[in-house]
Amino acid sequence: MASTAPLPEPEDLLQLQNIYKIYGSGPRQFVALQDINMRIKAGEFVCLLGPSGCGKSTLLRIIAGLDRASSGTVYYRGQPLTGINPHATIVFQTFALYPWLNVQENVELALKARGVPKEVRKSKAIQLIDTVGLDGFESAYPRELSGGMRQKVGFARAMAVEPELLCLDEPFSALDVLSAEALRGELMELWLGKSIPTQAILMVTHNIEEAVLMADRIIAMEKDPGRIVGEISVGLRHPRKRKDAAYQLIVDKVYATVAGKTLTEAEELGQEPGKGRIRRLPAAPLNALAGLLEKLAEESDGRADIYRFAEALAMELDDLLPVIEAGELLGFVKVLEGDLLLTELGRAYAEASVLGRKEMIASRILRLPIISWIYETLQRDDDQRVAKEYFLDRLRPDFHDHTEKQLDRAINWGRFAELFAFDDNTDELYLE
Amino acid sequence: MRFFRFGPEFRPAWRLGIADIIILLALLGVLYVGVRMAISAPAIISGPKISLSFWALPWYTLLSVGRMFAAYILSLLFTLIYGYTAAHNRTAEKVLMPLLDVLQSVPILSFLPVVLLSLSSVLPAGLAAELAAIALIFTSQAWNMTYSFFQSIRTVPRELQEASAVFRLGPWLQFRKVELPFAAVGLIWNSIMSWAGGWFFLMASEIFTVGERDFRLPGIGAYLQTAASEGNANAIIAGIITLIATIVVLDRVVWRPILAWAEKFKVETVTGEKMPSSMVYDLLSRSWIFEKFIYRGVDPLLEWIDDRMARGRTRSLAYSSPSLRRSRYFCLWILGITLGLFSAWGAYRTVSMLILLETQDWLAIGLGTFATFLRVAASLFLALVWTVPTGVAIGTNRRLADLLQPIVQIAASVPATALFPVLLMGLAQKPGGMNIAAILLMLMGSQWYLLFNTIAGTTAIPQDLRHTTALLRLSRRERWKNLILPALFPYLVTGSITATGGAWNASIVAEHAQFGGHTHTTTGIGSLIAMATARGNYPLLLASTIALVLVVVAINRFFWSRLYRVAEERYRME
Repeated sequence: MASTAPLPEPEDLLQLQNIYKIYGSGPRQFVALQDINMRIKAGEFVCLLGPSGCGKSTLLRIIAGLDRASSGTVYYRGQPLTGINPHATIVFQTFALYPWLNVQENVELALKARGVPKEVRKSKAIQLIDTVGLDGFESAYPRELSGGMRQKVGFARAMAVEPELLCLDEPFSALDVLSAEALRGELMELWLGKSIPTQAILMVTHNIEEAVLMADRIIAMEKDPGRIVGEISVGLRHPRKRKDAAYQLIVDKVYATVAGKTLTEAEELGQEPGKGRIRRLPAAPLNALAGLLEKLAEESDGRADIYRFAEALAMELDDLLPVIEAGELLGFVKVLEGDLLLTELGRAYAEASVLGRKEMIASRILRLPIISWIYETLQRDDDQRVAKEYFLDRLRPDFHDHTEKQLDRAINWGRFAELFAFDDNTDELYLE
Repeated sequence: MRFFRFGPEFRPAWRLGIADIIILLALLGVLYVGVRMAISAPAIISGPKISLSFWALPWYTLLSVGRMFAAYILSLLFTLIYGYTAAHNRTAEKVLMPLLDVLQSVPILSFLPVVLLSLSSVLPAGLAAELAAIALIFTSQAWNMTYSFFQSIRTVPRELQEASAVFRLGPWLQFRKVELPFAAVGLIWNSIMSWAGGWFFLMASEIFTVGERDFRLPGIGAYLQTAASEGNANAIIAGIITLIATIVVLDRVVWRPILAWAEKFKVETVTGEKMPSSMVYDLLSRSWIFEKFIYRGVDPLLEWIDDRMARGRTRSLAYSSPSLRRSRYFCLWILGITLGLFSAWGAYRTVSMLILLETQDWLAIGLGTFATFLRVAASLFLALVWTVPTGVAIGTNRRLADLLQPIVQIAASVPATALFPVLLMGLAQKPGGMNIAAILLMLMGSQWYLLFNTIAGTTAIPQDLRHTTALLRLSRRERWKNLILPALFPYLVTGSITATGGAWNASIVAEHAQFGGHTHTTTGIGSLIAMATARGNYPLLLASTIALVLVVVAINRFFWSRLYRVAEERYRME
């Protein structure tokens, strides 16, 4: 149950108290956020860090007042929030610029909505566009700008309304590496130089490095259900250098907090539907796992630092973690202190022939109760064909809204191992 | 290809829901009220005198175009209000969207006699005919525009909605700066389509005559009909040229500039897509006077309006309260009960009127519906036979496309109903001529949808699939079976839905015509409606109109929507 949260203190800009976000009700319930408690003080730069699906963006929207918590309270300067937060604003991942308005009109619109007279808003917009380094582009339309420049417009527009709390929703993740790096630096310059009236920044990201580079404090989140699993103070002086030992140390610490949590739970295989604790199949195609194992086999001792490995594979952490999870689930890899380890089984797989691999995968995934349950159900059937609906009905009490996705993943894995397949014409599963 | 945007948005509902039944019953109520009023309509209505002088043409053209504009403005207002309400109010949506769905699939033209008769019972005949024409064009234009607008508001990208909320734009600024621009392109395309479709109904209502009741309206449609009726070839040619010129000029001066202007509202531009260009638009945007007019006149006016609207109502920042929601539910209940009572009353009165009909009347209705059904099927078949090969040829051959495009555009722009009298001139005297003329009219009204859809479907076949098929050296037969027909299937289904809708509509004018002093008829539900209107047999009029509506709605629900679902699931190109 909810822990007793401390009362709001006056110097807090923002405080969240026992925030829950629950979709649906009864057996179809899905907990997106569970018992979130946190606070942000004036002068702080806080990062919400976590994998996709952990509810960090939802939490940001609840803080901005775009979304409402199912229970719990958001206090802003000690006052409970009951709608759109008038002191907060958001910079969006996908920029959210109005494509039919040019740069200046986009910035001006935010001011127009506040009833700022035409002449004033015009000069203010021009000045802000200048501040973010876009002078000369006032009359350009968003489609004429690069991603980095569009996000600058996003920042200019957000600053136009002079928010106390600036919320950033993965603002750099849709940009190319160089633009992102440049824009990060420019934002930090504005923030540290106190040239904007912003009191605090809250940034959502799944990029650990970015968080360590910018934030004073990192709040780590995990999914299923979305919750806070740890908090790390960064406390490094700006400007921070990626090569510094202190920086690396904190990155590793954050990795241990984020990855460690996901992977210990992954040990559990779960039960067949209706028989107890269930386990979700990770969103990983098995051929991606094959690629991962091959790459890992090339490393010395079959061991690699997850963080550097992701970089070497040019993969986002978000995409890599489910593949690692699948590998752990099947016993091909292990995770130890932020390192990825190839098991004996994994090495055998990487060296096996195509046919041998199929057989290995088949025997490994049959250990998973959900797969073996499907397989046995099909074997028991007279013509070895069973309607998809049958499986969905039995999985639904456990997986709710994720049922279809889970069954699709199971079918995908079963197909890969040539255990069973799906007939799209009749909507039936059948034995291969 | 322009002029049409490949059929209206079709939103199939899979089964006949309770809402549909209530709406159909309410429609019955409206029909019944119309027929009740029609009983007191004057028995003899003398139509206008149509002059065949060439000098009358500009005036007639002006009258016709005026009707089109009046109806379009009405449709646009309706679209904005209805679409906005349905998109923003979940409660209203539950009533408004099913209603729109039924209205979209009802053959509009079948209401013309009832509307004409009921209006002429309370208004002078000329005015009644004017209003009926405008109402008819309106009902042909409004639905797809409304649906497109509703759909657009609903699909405004989430982050743009959130930005509007975070920056507190308020309902008015959100409407003007976000929703309207986002909906603009779709709305304009649908307007163009509605406008083209509107000519069909305008022409139909300008030439509508049954028995002693002459509902014709002075206009270019009536001019053509009179010319054909008197066999005046010169006047026919002059009329058709004027009509085509009018349609083309309006396209160049009104629609094309608007389309070119709307380019800036596109959220993303697909590379390789031809940008709509317009000379008139280029001319205007280069004109100094026009620029000054925008800068000094329009901009300050908009600024003033924004200011007033924003001051009046700022969006409440709080979430909606439970009491507000309760009062909404209350309103819904009141509305539902009223609608239910009206439907029940309508059903009761309708049944008590229908009891008056004899068995042979019902037999005639059944036979007529079946005959019309066969005609619709025949016209669809004929249309498919010529449009599919032609469309595929145009879609795969650039040179042919460049050659045929202007011809097809002009041919498609002529409303079939305008040419109907000319058709009759050649066919009315021949045995079975009326039957052939009816099928031809249906064909002319519906074939273009199919042609444009086929072209669209062909050009949408991915290049690599085409190359693969070429590499496999499939025979012509195999190529059609494995590539072209499956790829075209969804397009043919949407095209056929629109095409058959048009064909059913055409039956009202196609099966019963007064021409050269004679009345020509052929068996069918359309001629039955016309005959009932002429003779003042109101129960028969009511029964046959209902029969037509029900048959068309049922065919849509049970046949087309199933095919549509198959098309969506099986044959979609991803």
